Amino acid sequence: MEVSLNTPVTREAAKKLHAGDRVLISGIIYTARDAAHKRMIENREQGFPIEIKDSTIYFAGPSPAKPGEPVGAIGPTTSYRMDAYSPELIKYGETVMIGKGKRSSEVIEAMKKYGAVYIGAIGGAGALLASHVESCKIVAYDDLGAEAIHELKVKDFPGIVIIDSFGNNLYETEYLKYKKDDKDA
Amino acid sequence: MRIINKEAIINAVEKLCIDTNCILNEDILNSFDSFMEKEESPIALGILNDLKKNAEAAKKRMMPICQDTGMAVVFIEIGQEVYVEGSITDAVNEGVRRGYINGCLRKSVVDDPIIKRVNTKDNTPAIIHYNIVAGDKLKITVAPKGFGSENMSKIHMLKPSDGRKGVIDAVINTIEQAGPNPCPPMVVGIGLGGNFEYCAYLAKKALLRPIGKNSEKPYLKEIEEEVLERANNLGIGPQGLGGRTTILWAAAEDYPTHIAGMPVAVNISCHVTRHGETIL
Ligand code: SF4
Repeated sequence: MEVSLNTPVTREAAKKLHAGDRVLISGIIYTARDAAHKRMIENREQGFPIEIKDSTIYFAGPSPAKPGEPVGAIGPTTSYRMDAYSPELIKYGETVMIGKGKRSSEVIEAMKKYGAVYIGAIGGAGALLASHVESCKIVAYDDLGAEAIHELKVKDFPGIVIIDSFGNNLYETEYLKYKKDDKDA
Repeated sequence: MRIINKEAIINAVEKLCIDTNCILNEDILNSFDSFMEKEESPIALGILNDLKKNAEAAKKRMMPICQDTGMAVVFIEIGQEVYVEGSITDAVNEGVRRGYINGCLRKSVVDDPIIKRVNTKDNTPAIIHYNIVAGDKLKITVAPKGFGSENMSKIHMLKPSDGRKGVIDAVINTIEQAGPNPCPPMVVGIGLGGNFEYCAYLAKKALLRPIGKNSEKPYLKEIEEEVLERANNLGIGPQGLGGRTTILWAAAEDYPTHIAGMPVAVNISCHVTRHGETIL
């Protein structure tokens, strides 16, 4: 099913998404990689630098924008490096994560408990994804360069729901449909 | 003795950094087409089509194909009769610095890998492999390598008794464990023999071989073909979402080894397997 998803996404809205849905995301999303996650979690007592409730966080660090362009190439980074931090952010209200690759069982448990989804963007399609970004500005942790938190305004940013809030996981179901036994392995 | 100017090296490296990051090599683009003919999964076909569109967009705008513009791996083959005034290493790093800054490529290198991890802000230093050869030419190959796939690579120090099957199983297991993380479809470089560090070097070098070109050694060609077939039977598919297109290519390089060992290195790369060369 193809779904238009407008941010911010409430927990109720997140629970309506299902693994396999193709989503087109529009609105404000934030980038954060390992270093930004670490800092957000370490300083969480003092509050978050962005509105974490109902937030969409994109695991990405863009390449620099060329003059006159809003952003450089901006595809997802591998998500497992955020696994140590995501459950805590989900607890504080993060509802959508965008990345690529597998997640830990702790992350999936938190998604089920609070209502959050994990969306896959096409890894390696940085130039194509950039064409769905209308504006980009750094809103926190400037010193981290590409790893700073960027606020992106996106329009019809494409993704696929990989793990939903019920724990359905395309990484566990889809490959089995195409797996073939080796004749003489 | 032939004198090669330092500026010529700097300029060549700068251009190669930018071109390899923004223009996907033809052999990879062509392989998409042949895999799309065989692909059974509709999701996979959609992804492969998007990757083709991505490569077109990148080339047209001279924007990186992927935001992870990698750590610059540079192979230098220097003829014995060549003389370069000044340091070649400095010239290569200056080329990388200019390429990553002028080409708006992402700077992803941190100094002190463990504690401080401070970005060097110009993507230097490069990883440089030197090789001294006969002649009076200088060949520069630049192969920027992203780390989503680099992190999935492995070295297996197998026993001789593990045999050919042990080698292939080790490669397939590495691909299977990598799963969706290295942005499949992957390209797989295999280094066989040598020792601990040399097999890793061979695996990296294997990634420079164009897709579609098998090893000239028959036994390596057979290993490459078997890995290609078995890996694409895993079902992982593009982005790990299922399909027949898990790896685009497997290339193997070998070297003699010790009586007691059988090292196997698997360097996982992604569809954005970048490399370009210039001969000065
Ligand atoms: S694995 Fe390759 S395609 Fe994926 S993010 Fe890294 S460099 Fe880009």
